[in-house]
Amino acid sequence: MTLKGTVHKYGKDNIDTDVILPGPYLKIHDHSELSKHAMEGIDPNFSKKVSKGDFLLSGNNFGCGSSREHAPIALSHCGISAVIAPSFARIFYRNCVDGGYLLPLEVEKSTLEQISDKDSLEIDIEKNEIHDISNGKKFSILPFPPLIKKIIDCGGLMYYKE
Amino acid sequence: MNITEKIIARASERNTVSPGDVVFANVDKLMIHDVSGPGVIKVFEEWAKRGIELEKVWNPDKVWISEDHFVPSADRISAENITKLTEWAKKFEIKKHFKYGLGQYGICHTLSHEEALVLPGEFYVGGDSHTNTTGALGALAVGLGHTDIAYAMMHGRIWLKVPETMLFRLIGNKPSHIMAKDIILKIISDIGTDGANYKAMEFAGDAVREMSMEERLTLTNMTTEAGAKNGIIEPDAVTDKYIRQRSANPYKPIVGDDSPYLEEYTYEIEKLEPIVAKPFSPQNGAAARELQGVEVNKAYIGSCTGAKLEDLRSAAQILKGKKVKIRTEVLPAAQSIYIKAMKEGLIDIFMEAGAVVGPPTCGACCGAHMGILAKDEICVSTTNRNFPGRMGHIESQTYLASPLVVAASALKGKITDPRDVIK
Repeated sequence: MTLKGTVHKYGKDNIDTDVILPGPYLKIHDHSELSKHAMEGIDPNFSKKVSKGDFLLSGNNFGCGSSREHAPIALSHCGISAVIAPSFARIFYRNCVDGGYLLPLEVEKSTLEQISDKDSLEIDIEKNEIHDISNGKKFSILPFPPLIKKIIDCGGLMYYKE
Repeated sequence: MNITEKIIARASERNTVSPGDVVFANVDKLMIHDVSGPGVIKVFEEWAKRGIELEKVWNPDKVWISEDHFVPSADRISAENITKLTEWAKKFEIKKHFKYGLGQYGICHTLSHEEALVLPGEFYVGGDSHTNTTGALGALAVGLGHTDIAYAMMHGRIWLKVPETMLFRLIGNKPSHIMAKDIILKIISDIGTDGANYKAMEFAGDAVREMSMEERLTLTNMTTEAGAKNGIIEPDAVTDKYIRQRSANPYKPIVGDDSPYLEEYTYEIEKLEPIVAKPFSPQNGAAARELQGVEVNKAYIGSCTGAKLEDLRSAAQILKGKKVKIRTEVLPAAQSIYIKAMKEGLIDIFMEAGAVVGPPTCGACCGAHMGILAKDEICVSTTNRNFPGRMGHIESQTYLASPLVVAASALKGKITDPRDVIK
């Protein structure tokens, strides 16, 4: 599977789920309503910038803090198909995979520094490779652990047969 | 195996597990609240569209529901979430539903220990990140999102990767001006908000053994802020006494063998200072004395972290007979705690000091209601997170501290070390 899209870079470490989907919106559960508020804590214009199939690039420990599944739901429904970061917080990572909302892709810290905001990327999930079309560079993605790969391949935990 | 590994082994019906193993483990207890509950209902609605129907909850008696984030309902959407959750709970025969305005209710994690809903040795999953709190009872308590909770509700199992464990040995006598909140803020400052990512944080040592259960719960509560999968303390006589005061249910305590830990840290409690985490991270700790004089507009005593009975007693000790200088709010963490505080005269102390005393609810901790911060407002709080916009406007600020520090700061209108106000 190859994903193609534009990258939206928010390179800070520790972008937490209060920033990704602020507290007052937790009472909302409608997916398209939530998508309007994605990343509102850091960029109120985020949802307007993103096209379907785009990527989010961020720093260490992305998605830390609250377990709110509203966070990957909001990102996914405004078009983000994958978040690329050197590390993810555990509940956010699980929510992305088990809920089938988007792919959490782990990369080296140095990769973060070499991809710029608005670059065009092609991501080959089977080869675990990111190709930055804008600067020609290629980067590797940490392969998914076996169970995670199986859950992703069947589209989410609800389809997974133990 | 240590205690975390042993509980996972028991829950996954294996003789032994090692860090890195991925297992499906049987769930003993499960919690949802008025945010994750509707979230889980939404997940089941989406699954139903794809032909996967929830026929019944695997074991309704092992589930409980709390109403804590947006109650009493402050708007129409919150009110509708509550009625939807109530109907759904009835349909799926979940009887332990703690309803506001109908007796015992409060913050989910507070109920888990106040009602002894989780017992030592159990594998407990909660639809909230501070589920780690309950590990102080000697249980494996793990926070999960809506999809994972929905899966566990349907199948009574969820997948888990066995974590490495970091040991935190706390030794020496705890001075009266130091609370468990200071200790855990110091630890998070040392290791960072991802210092325990995917790991178990276990607390041991004579200082832990000397601590009351409520103080232990403060330690495990904030392991979430270090990224930990769970926080845990081996059960002992203190645990048993606490449980027995609340429940007659039998349990089989689990303790670890003498097995090695990934890393060990030792803290001499006598040498600690009251610690305050500055904006905008729980890892941004500094001594209260270093921050002396930082002006604050609000003092907030609330949340599963800092509004248990002993937290309220500590704050009342400082505020007794005095008047607050800044807006101050006290929200006991559960109805039963509110009642105990009332009987001890603590509520009188808060009211006479000028504070608002509010209903048990998560309140302002997550920016929900009950005292949201405006632009440029600065709050000192007994809560657990101070990320940007956490308690209100993106340009508001929160300093995290112990109830002693928050109460002392309420008297002065500035960050204050409690030693400077205790006679």
